[in-house]
Amino acid sequence: MSTLAAGSIALPLADEQLQRVSDAVAGLSPAQLQWVSGYIAGLSAGPAAQAQVEPESGKTLTILYGSQTGNGEGVAAALAARAGELGFTAALCSLADYRHASLKRESLAVFVVSTHGEGDPPDDAELFHEFLLSPRAPQLPGLRYAVLALGDSSYVNFCQTGRELDARLEQLGAGRLLPIVECDVDFEADAESWSDRVAAGLPEWLDAPPAAPRLRAVDTAVRFGKENPFAATVLLNQKITARGSSKDVRHVELSLEGSGLASEPGDALAVLASNPPQLVEQLLKYLGANPDDDVRLGDETVRLRDVLAHRLEITAASVGFVRAWSAASGAAELERLLEDGRQAELVDFMDTHQVIDILRRFPADVEAANFVSMLRKLSPRSYSIASSPRANPDEVHLTVAAVRYQAFGSEHWGAASTHIVDRIEEGGTLSVYVEPNSRFRLPADDATDIIMIGPGTGVAPFRGFVEERAERGASGRNWLFFGDRNFSTDFLYQIEWQQRLKLGQLHRLDVAFSRDQARKVYVQDRIRERGAEVYEWLENGAVIYVCGDAKRMAGDVDAALVDVIAAGAGVDRAAAEHRVRELRRDGRYRRDVY
Amino acid sequence: MSGKALTDVERIKAKSRYLRGTIAESLADPLTGALAEDDTQVSKFHGFYQQDDRDLRSERKRQRLEPAYSFMIRARIPAGVCTPAQWLSMDRLARHHANGTIRLTTRQAIQLHGVIKRDLKATIAAINASLLDTLAACGDVNRNVMAPPLPALSAIHRDVRADAERLSAHLTPATRAYHELWLDGEKVGGADAEPIYGETYLPRKFKTGFVVPPQNDTDVFTQDLGFIAISRGNELLGYNVTVGGGMGMSHGEPETYPRLGDVLGFCERDQMLAVAEAVVTTQRDFGDRSNRKHGRLKYTIDDRGIDWFRGEVESRSGIELQESRPFAFAGNGDVYGWQRSDDGRWHYTLFVQNGRVLDDEGRELLSGLRAIAEAHDGEFRLTPNQNLIISDVADADKAGIDRLLHEFGIANDEQATPLRLHSLACVALPTCALAMAESERYLPSLVDRLEAELAAAGLGNDPITIRMTGCPNGCARPYIAEIGLVGKGPGTYNLYLGASFAGDRLGSLYLDNADETAIVATLSELFRRYAAERDAGERFGDFLIRSGRVREIRAGRHFHEEPAGA
Repeated sequence: MSTLAAGSIALPLADEQLQRVSDAVAGLSPAQLQWVSGYIAGLSAGPAAQAQVEPESGKTLTILYGSQTGNGEGVAAALAARAGELGFTAALCSLADYRHASLKRESLAVFVVSTHGEGDPPDDAELFHEFLLSPRAPQLPGLRYAVLALGDSSYVNFCQTGRELDARLEQLGAGRLLPIVECDVDFEADAESWSDRVAAGLPEWLDAPPAAPRLRAVDTAVRFGKENPFAATVLLNQKITARGSSKDVRHVELSLEGSGLASEPGDALAVLASNPPQLVEQLLKYLGANPDDDVRLGDETVRLRDVLAHRLEITAASVGFVRAWSAASGAAELERLLEDGRQAELVDFMDTHQVIDILRRFPADVEAANFVSMLRKLSPRSYSIASSPRANPDEVHLTVAAVRYQAFGSEHWGAASTHIVDRIEEGGTLSVYVEPNSRFRLPADDATDIIMIGPGTGVAPFRGFVEERAERGASGRNWLFFGDRNFSTDFLYQIEWQQRLKLGQLHRLDVAFSRDQARKVYVQDRIRERGAEVYEWLENGAVIYVCGDAKRMAGDVDAALVDVIAAGAGVDRAAAEHRVRELRRDGRYRRDVY
Repeated sequence: MSGKALTDVERIKAKSRYLRGTIAESLADPLTGALAEDDTQVSKFHGFYQQDDRDLRSERKRQRLEPAYSFMIRARIPAGVCTPAQWLSMDRLARHHANGTIRLTTRQAIQLHGVIKRDLKATIAAINASLLDTLAACGDVNRNVMAPPLPALSAIHRDVRADAERLSAHLTPATRAYHELWLDGEKVGGADAEPIYGETYLPRKFKTGFVVPPQNDTDVFTQDLGFIAISRGNELLGYNVTVGGGMGMSHGEPETYPRLGDVLGFCERDQMLAVAEAVVTTQRDFGDRSNRKHGRLKYTIDDRGIDWFRGEVESRSGIELQESRPFAFAGNGDVYGWQRSDDGRWHYTLFVQNGRVLDDEGRELLSGLRAIAEAHDGEFRLTPNQNLIISDVADADKAGIDRLLHEFGIANDEQATPLRLHSLACVALPTCALAMAESERYLPSLVDRLEAELAAAGLGNDPITIRMTGCPNGCARPYIAEIGLVGKGPGTYNLYLGASFAGDRLGSLYLDNADETAIVATLSELFRRYAAERDAGERFGDFLIRSGRVREIRAGRHFHEEPAGA
């Protein structure tokens, strides 16, 4: 990326505005830049144009995405750019922003949609999903479509939202152009081949030969991504829970100098980690295999030890693994878990059993090569970036909790967290790339108040938010709810928050330490205690952000917000729930939960 | 005083509304384990100090956590007498809210360490429920009133103890703030008042002690105000009044110095309260409020003269002091083991190294004293040497106490040397904010080495007093120990020698900034001289003065003059 420079030509932008534009586009790929140029052109055409992407029937490919982590959005944006390069008109739109009534006027639409948690749609697709599956959905005889589903096979109900969408569209009379493609966490290859098929089908589906291909911009800079991660130097790996804590949480500072990687507050950093060596040894011993034996991995031949250490997922078990191991071991209990209607039990089982636990509980004599074929590729782990790029150029900070615990009488490890915490020294490197998270951005208007709810390491992005708003001199107020187990050992970034409060850069801080008293207290309790003020902030236009645990915290906080709104507005629960959905739709209630 | 700016602490006291400050708000702030800065001064009047674990300071800073703040709470125990029930209450608090230890202080009080902010209120309320309190245990007021625990002279002891308690009550602050904050007392309107202290209390801390010769166990000459009991047979006649003692000084500031009290004169027993109040109000009105290091009564007296001071006290009290009566002191240590008083009751003085009551392997002091408190119906008496007397034991119960002492491995070690039994150390690191060097954690091992030197010199059975503090403020009264060690920096101490065994002569600086090697070598040489050259019965401190090896300090203001003997 070349920087924008105010030369001799009189620019209509002030230097500061120019800088903001420059910052905003830094690090975008050519395809993304092209899309952005179209987006800005649309903005300049006036309010009517920015309100809605209106398809020109019969001529336009509409690409709709619903994405929790940004992967789906990336695939969708790349497809839009590619269609543009081929000379077709593509309209790219998040399902959160898509007007439902437009659907019946569409002729060609493709959906890229992920599945979240235990079969739930991502936040930005929630309302569309609800609409489409409801009796209100119109018949769609004029629509032809294709669905790319993203998911994680370690969860049951894999790709559920994509499957539901695909089936429901057919039921409504729409014509399926391609069979649904279901991608696991290593989605890139499958997504790419699906995009290829869409691109190949466009001339026929749009009944128009492609116009002369536009000139493809030449990108000379190396871009870092999943296939080409950047080796970031670890500047600091500092434990920030005190002795006596039940947790080991690290503040990690990485240098991105020379990478050209750019991020915005709210984005995540993906880390490609290796597996715990102790676990690799345990597996080798279990298999009774020679670590130097070669095994096949796709088209490659790799030493067994390296495959287990660096290439395959050996901590978390996937449904596919449970199925394969069930067949190999013939264990009745596994077979029973895989029966229809036992999904809750299966989820619980996979939550409590790593691969090694399944091996030990249900022994089987399996060849190393066969075992390797049961495992998924090792996927990168994402960590919310805990710093503001504006305040720390060329650095990203992470807040990483080491996952270590005892179960079934032996030590267990999380793959990436222990990689960072135990196996990377300061001065060493980590393979990383930036994962944009456009659904978790600060308000564009600095005067807007924000309420941040981030217990545990969920506080990470908010450290970046507050730092960024301080750096920008934002006039909006910042309110943080933080919680953890013990005040004296687990108050993450305590002295930084105290300092921000003193400087007027953080305006309110409410804390809940669950284990400091007989009655456990959590952030949602503090939200209820402060309900009147939270409601007042909301009425004043505040945006709410929630980051952290999806299993319990996110739901508990959601319920607390419903209570706060019900009490504040004097409405019943249903009306308050509706109001919460509206906040979400309007981008005033944003979540990054996992 | 006029024209000089008042100290910041004076400002804080003045706006504290009789010691309320913003303590209630500080306690309610969930974002920090500390108090608001001004409240850390006000809190002392309520009996607690904000501290932090200095061992963890830099580690926690790197962890982006504030220091590990906790509080030392001091329970005021006039004359050091408490019931077994009160002991059990402190024991329970120590285990549930503090660091699992009880610290006996050099002023016969009990300290709990490591109490975190959210447990403060419950702890202080529980101390009050046991009928002890913490009000005025620290701060610019009259602190815990000391009196000899010595049971041997029972009738006199009882009378002196009663007087100490009367004086303690008379000089206790009258503010309702303490009840409001800790005992959920009703809020009082504007009617609060302090008839003796006024709104800004005293310029500096104020210490009072009683003593019954010939034992000077309360170190009466180190007190701002001292009362030396004068008796005839079993009748307590009155007191010689001493004023202007005090240990604290600052390194490198020769205008600060330890000072022994002057005997002002004799008062009758029933004049004691009026004289004490006059001393306090004189100090209230004339003490230096512009410089904390010059605020103690000793400087008021040295600046204005003892005759002026006597005149002020006499006119305020309306009492003409009589000429002081003769008295003599033999020592300031404790007599260990079982003693029988004139009423036939038994008393066991238990050696508690550095006053720290805790469970160690093979020596379970905390558990053992708990078991004794549960079985015992007499009293626990805290000595000024940080020891504990299991007091008022009937003949029939003596064997039971003995059995418990041995069961928990806490009976006095017959092998303990007189040096160890006469050792005293302050708390210092890691919790005391003032400490420059180790004290409580270090003195026992230094004593190990000195014991070997004494044994080699053939002095293994000779008592010598040794006291160590981590800073020059003098909590363990090191300047009147025959061997005084005052922390200068990590691992280094100033060595003071030549004080008397009876606590009536100051030591003198002998070695500056010395490490253990230098300290041991120096003392080893002096021990050999002492063994070879002493007169019959001559004490170590007296020998050093007589032989000219150490210069005699006759008054505190000469304390920093160049050493002559070394």
